[in-house]
Amino acid sequence: MCLAIPGKVMEVHTDEQGLRMAKTNFGGIIKSVCLEYTPEVVPGDYVLVHVGFALGKVDEEEAARTYAALERMGQLDELNEPAIEDTGYPYS
Amino acid sequence: MKFMDEYRDSALVRKIADELQRITTRHWVLMEVCGGQTHSIVKYGIDRLLPEQVELVHGPGCPVCVTSLEMIDKAHEIARRRDVIFCSFGDMLRVPGTKDDLLILKSRGADIRVVYSPTDCLKIARENPAKRVVFFAIGFETTAPANAMAAWQARRQGIHNFSMLVSHVLVPPALRSILSAPENRVQGFLGPGHVCTVVGYREYEPVSAEFKVPIVITGFEPVDIMEGTLMAVRQLESGKAEVENQYPRVVGREGNLPAIDLVGKVFEVCDRKWRGVGEIPASGYRLRPEFAEHDAERLFDLHGIDTKEPAECISGLVLQGVRKPHNCPAFGKLCTPEHPLGATMVSAEGACAAYYAYGRHLDLTKAHAAQTSVQP
Repeated sequence: MCLAIPGKVMEVHTDEQGLRMAKTNFGGIIKSVCLEYTPEVVPGDYVLVHVGFALGKVDEEEAARTYAALERMGQLDELNEPAIEDTGYPYS
Repeated sequence: MKFMDEYRDSALVRKIADELQRITTRHWVLMEVCGGQTHSIVKYGIDRLLPEQVELVHGPGCPVCVTSLEMIDKAHEIARRRDVIFCSFGDMLRVPGTKDDLLILKSRGADIRVVYSPTDCLKIARENPAKRVVFFAIGFETTAPANAMAAWQARRQGIHNFSMLVSHVLVPPALRSILSAPENRVQGFLGPGHVCTVVGYREYEPVSAEFKVPIVITGFEPVDIMEGTLMAVRQLESGKAEVENQYPRVVGREGNLPAIDLVGKVFEVCDRKWRGVGEIPASGYRLRPEFAEHDAERLFDLHGIDTKEPAECISGLVLQGVRKPHNCPAFGKLCTPEHPLGATMVSAEGACAAYYAYGRHLDLTKAHAAQTSVQP
């Protein structure tokens, strides 16, 4: 139930009820999303959406930083392991 | 999709699993709080990639599963009325009450509609002025901002024929209840990433300090869950008990302030009954008195409902992480997604339904057959 998925905000408008809404792209599917709780969001931003409401902006820098840290994990150990000698022959 | 696909990278998941293997020296029991996490874990087989000593038990974070039978019976009582259009999230439709479920009522002519967002109900209410439109407002903190907005807008726009049957639940009191139980085995939590997107994780700090358990706020994709598990085991192995944030791409310590503000204007904290668990003090939201006009519990006569839980169902113990779905004698036999006895078998996020959907009951049957075939 707490499913929330990231979508890219395409254009922002105010609907007939006076709510700040956005056309949002979820991997090719476009849905209308309420931005009342994310006033800072502008087109091009990624938002995390739950039952039609953007609950927060996805922080792209933070995402890149943690992902890079994960990818680096274990690399320092690998530096300590003896390198496999390249014999030039793939079936040895 | 961006921010989803890269967190399903199997090579990265295995790399984290290797690191987890390297650092684990003894048996640890972690609970993933959220039903969405349970679903991911069983779907991707994450529990099978973990070191044998790291055990995941499944938490209470499925709102459909924990909504009390009494509340479901109340919903059915309202939905049966001829003057009502009853609106609900789709996953609530097949949850069995004492007598029926919403789909059965619909087949008998009740006007029951599935909505994607609670604010959709306002449009239905405007288009049907002669009807009373009632929304079954269930959910954890994640869903509260959307439900609060529906009540707020109904009052602001004067939509008098809209009301909500509110059965909101809150995570931190449930964690306290699990940790205080004498049979508790949980030593650390993967915290609910989307709940914390809304409310932040400040409230989890006293829980972690008081019960000396690590709580790692964790996302929902395989890489997130694996990393959250690694962070929690690292803490346990080094004797720490802190709140850490695995999900900083969406979660901040303070949460979403505009959302917290509106939720506080519409709802107030109340005691709440959890299905299979019982009443937990200060563990839910109800509408504030200013919203009485939109409060279905005040508007409809709901007395005299006789609620009975099926005796065979152990969903309460499953929800508290005390038992696993396959420990239930009814699992996969008397109780299946087609004929669920309890809510943990109904919602896709319920632990029993997840075990069933991904064939865990078949593995168990095979294991049982292998076991019995080697016996003389």
